[in-house]
Amino acid sequence: AVFSSTAFADPHPDAELIIEGELHIATRAEPPEHLGGVLPEIYSGWLFRTDETRELQMDDFDNPGLLFAERGEDRWELAEGTANQSCADCHGGVDSMAGVRAVMPKVNEDGELWSMQNYINNCRTERMGADAWGWNSEPMKDITSLISLQSRGMPVAVKIDGEAAEYWEKGREMYYTRFGQLELSCANCHEDNWGRMIRADHLSQGMSNGFPTYRLKNATIVPLHQRFRGCIRDTRGESFAEGSQEFRELELYVSSRGLGLPIEGISVRQ
Amino acid sequence: MTRRSLSAACAATAVIWGGATFADISPADIVWEDEVAIPASLNGVPGDPVAGADTVSSRSAGNCLSCHVNSAMPEHDFQGNIGPPLDGAGARWSEAELRGIIVDAKRMFPESMMPTFYNNNPDDYIRPGEAYTARAHNPETFSTLLTAAQVEDVVAYLMTLTDW
Ligand code: HEC
Ligand code: HEC
Ligand code: HEC
Repeated sequence: AVFSSTAFADPHPDAELIIEGELHIATRAEPPEHLGGVLPEIYSGWLFRTDETRELQMDDFDNPGLLFAERGEDRWELAEGTANQSCADCHGGVDSMAGVRAVMPKVNEDGELWSMQNYINNCRTERMGADAWGWNSEPMKDITSLISLQSRGMPVAVKIDGEAAEYWEKGREMYYTRFGQLELSCANCHEDNWGRMIRADHLSQGMSNGFPTYRLKNATIVPLHQRFRGCIRDTRGESFAEGSQEFRELELYVSSRGLGLPIEGISVRQ
Repeated sequence: MTRRSLSAACAATAVIWGGATFADISPADIVWEDEVAIPASLNGVPGDPVAGADTVSSRSAGNCLSCHVNSAMPEHDFQGNIGPPLDGAGARWSEAELRGIIVDAKRMFPESMMPTFYNNNPDDYIRPGEAYTARAHNPETFSTLLTAAQVEDVVAYLMTLTDW
């Protein structure tokens, strides 16, 4: 196609994500074996964004997502519920959450596949005697941002075998299902056409390692399931609900496509 | 009368070529040639290439530029490159083939990413929504992406794209 010059057709050839001039975060990795060679290399969505957007993520003062994590620090200390306890009372410093984001979603003790939000709400309702937070609510954005930041730079390490295998299979099936009146699958856009333009959007590989994302267009944190909803909406399809079984399975599968890509903590996208 | 029952009623009306009575051919009643082409106009009226150009570029109508470059429309920014350029489409394809491609591109190009623009049967889709709301579709109002007249206009416009 005439417009498919290399400027459009590829991720940025040599940009490097270095936060605050010191923390190097890899944005490219070897594809996981289970992909069977469908992607030559895996790339963070960061590499597909404009210079300005990429730069915002390299500076914690410019990254508006960090404000959510800052509020999360207060919430971490706040005693709530009938037990009048805070996250800190049981978990200690939030650095105890290092590595947690990198393995989410994961199968819980009862064999169910849970996202980080489910674990948090379980602590709230079962341990603190407090109300559950809405999936896209402000407090949930704050605390998930804070917890994700503790895994910044750690490679995605979701477990996809054992008890997780059946959930992973279902997520995989969804990834290749052509939803909606436009009959588009995740793979149509993010596997077959990454690097190309769909109108003004430069298609990435649809990786999840950057989430939660501060999205400039929404001027707030966008949790992964909300992104899924947006992508399904764009197929003129009926979405699943944020937090649904289907989206947790899809989250597991999408995360596994990015096995090895570092968690970015809180990314910035336009 | 809902839009759906109205169009069902129209489809039942005999189509009289060149006569006073006319109705759109419904998706289910299309007569295909060689599985991929549609020789007969969907509404019996010659398409309007000027209106067709609008349908091609408009995000709320064809939104064809989300996937295709069209050099004849340099005034439109952000042309996608998922599919081949539209340049020269009118020279590469016959009118009947272009009509077939717009109505249901997956016949000419199996598994194509190009949407089916003229099918009003929600049962042919997986979780069809109510336009871009992410909500469930309403079976009473579910309609084709383009009307018969819009398809004809787009075909007429594409026939003008003979340079490449
Ligand atoms: C019609 C095309 C299209 C389809 C179909 C689609 N997406 Fe996307 N997706 C986009 C666009 C455009 C963006 C924003 C630019 C980018 O990062 O690719 C995006 C972004 C994303 C992102 C954020 C990437 C980042 O680094 O910020 C994820 C994750 C994602 N999509 C997952 C999915 C999943 C899962 C599905 C299937 C349910 C899906 N997409 C279906 C077009 C699509
Ligand atoms: C009364 C004690 C208690 C309180 C209060 C509490 N938690 Fe927990 N939390 C636990 C226990 C016990 C577990 C399960 C064991 C573990 O993995 O540490 C857990 C697990 C978790 C996990 C999953 C960790 C993993 O690796 O599987 C997250 C995330 C979490 N809590 C976040 C929070 C947040 C956020 C708050 C405050 C809103 C909170 N917790 C409040 C006791 C508590
Ligand atoms: C979501 C992407 C998408 C959209 C939207 C789309 N197309 Fe396509 N189109 C394609 C692809 C991909 C092909 C290549 C056929 C294939 O799949 O191999 C194609 C092929 C074509 C061709 C044949 C090209 C050639 O000459 O070889 C024409 C003509 C065409 N499209 C016209 C249109 C028109 C007109 C519209 C809007 C009413 C439209 N397309 C909307 C993706 C799209």
